[in-house]
Amino acid sequence: MKETVFEYELPVGESYKVYRNRIMPEAEINSPGRISIVSGIHGDELEGQYICYEVARRIKEHPEYLMGIVDIYPAVNPFAITMASKTNPLFKNDMNRSFPGNSEGNLIERVANNLVESILGSDLCLDIHASDIFVREIPQVRLSEDFAESLLPFAKLTNADMIWMNATATVHESTLAHSLNALGIPTLVIEMGQGHQIYRPYGDQIVDGIFNIMCELGMWTGPRPRTQLPAISSDGSVEFIRTEVAGIFMPLTEHNHFVKAGETIGEILDPFSGEKLEEIVAEQSGLLFTQRIFPIVHAGDLLARILTGAF
Amino acid sequence: MQSVDLYTYKSIYRTELTVKGYVFGTGQKTACIVGPTRGNEYQQLYICSQLVKKLQELEKLGVIANDKQIMVIPCINHYAFNLTKDFFGVKDQDLNFYFPGNDSGEPISRMTGELFNQIKEYSYMIQFSSFYERAECVPHVRMIENGSENVSLANLFGLPYVVVRKPVPTDTATLNYNLQTEENSAFTIYTKAREKLDDKCMKNAISGVLRFLTRMGVMKYECHAGYISHVLHEEDLADVFAQRAGIFKPIVEVGEDVKYGAKMAEILDPFDGTVREEIVASTDGIVFFAHNTPLIDQYETAFRMIHRLHE
Repeated sequence: MKETVFEYELPVGESYKVYRNRIMPEAEINSPGRISIVSGIHGDELEGQYICYEVARRIKEHPEYLMGIVDIYPAVNPFAITMASKTNPLFKNDMNRSFPGNSEGNLIERVANNLVESILGSDLCLDIHASDIFVREIPQVRLSEDFAESLLPFAKLTNADMIWMNATATVHESTLAHSLNALGIPTLVIEMGQGHQIYRPYGDQIVDGIFNIMCELGMWTGPRPRTQLPAISSDGSVEFIRTEVAGIFMPLTEHNHFVKAGETIGEILDPFSGEKLEEIVAEQSGLLFTQRIFPIVHAGDLLARILTGAF
Repeated sequence: MQSVDLYTYKSIYRTELTVKGYVFGTGQKTACIVGPTRGNEYQQLYICSQLVKKLQELEKLGVIANDKQIMVIPCINHYAFNLTKDFFGVKDQDLNFYFPGNDSGEPISRMTGELFNQIKEYSYMIQFSSFYERAECVPHVRMIENGSENVSLANLFGLPYVVVRKPVPTDTATLNYNLQTEENSAFTIYTKAREKLDDKCMKNAISGVLRFLTRMGVMKYECHAGYISHVLHEEDLADVFAQRAGIFKPIVEVGEDVKYGAKMAEILDPFDGTVREEIVASTDGIVFFAHNTPLIDQYETAFRMIHRLHE
């Protein structure tokens, strides 16, 4: 059922409207569980679009298996999605820096607050992100160490390739996930793929994880999808590889592959001179889980991340 | 005056972005004045350029105290100005959300990290900034409340108001906040205009800086004593939100003393011209902040008022 989460008037013949699709079980169930799937906080991250579709499609195929409420929010930042922009083109802000918002505040604060209020009461929330247009990521769950204890059991069920636990930067306290976790709604941040793209196999992988979680919560009586246990890492087991010069980056390895210490994983080239400016070498062995896609680079740009020591 | 290169960002296809500091006097690094971080802060750029010009004249007159050094950084985001963008680079990042930076991090963090290390050597930092909202405000000095802020020092600018703000998570990545954390004295000056050049406002801003430097013994310059600043806490400002969206026609201006119930603005239907809303003053007081573009959204902040303060 399509429901309006909130609606605000805009100056010239339009409104700022956010919808959710609330899918109810066919059978009458006392105190049904509830899961919320949120996508599109950053408008350039589109991987969640397919996940929202596929979750709704599988439920529609077998509504008899559904024993809880599934709320799907495909586009919580609709203007950003339609403009392919990370930030909200209306407010010029990162929506994920405005939570938990304020019901009596200005429009930005009210939008954030309305979203939080509508998710309250869920047993679990999944905040689906993609990478940006610059790097590609394997499906992963990002967990703040502050909430790791309560979230880790859910994260292990997501069928992601890895779980990355990191320390909370103060600025991250204004994210949707942090705000909901602080309010007692377990919320996982899922990150995968790349900006402006949808990679269907990753979407299917995470959708299997979502149904796995729903089985665990007693919300889905259909066959439990076969899933994997993600590798678990912390900041200390991730090698960041950055360039030190400006040029074009050409990778020499595949994304989502194991690399050996000392292996050349790419090079920085100069299109003017035909010179190789820098050879990019992995210092440690491990899984290359982040890889640069956008070739133009400047000193400091991220080229790759390697998950080390977690296997 | 000496010109020093503080940081050079090398782009693959654009001219190097070299952040320059203009240094006056010699000896102790006493005061650093920092210009705009966003590419739409034209007035702030204008003020800093005129301040450099004024300090050059004053230095020749020998008014800068012995063993005191002043540095002005008129701009740190040339690329954004030249493209009429607000933020930095292809990722459209807000420089003022990347302090204290990281010398081995991503490109923007390397820039802010290097600048931060050089700015923090100065005991006092004065930054020219502006609101993110489409608005203008009465001139004021802004400080973050972190327990070590010194409001008495902020009074020495002789501007009409000093505003003390309780930090929110996103403030923790700003230049001002991080300098105060390092126990420097950090002040942010907000002037009335941003995207229009305003000579009166520029002169007032420069007078404020010179007054502060004189009172701190950095220079000897005879100038008007200015105001005995009225100290406000941001949470005490009364917000007046637009209840409807449409064409915004203000009736009052920033700095104006209005009475409770007075008409402050009209919001008009953009298609038939009828009045959708008359915004009236919710309190007696001075208009501190006023929306200043022709269109307004529902629940956008139309005005902020200093409750029960009169001219």
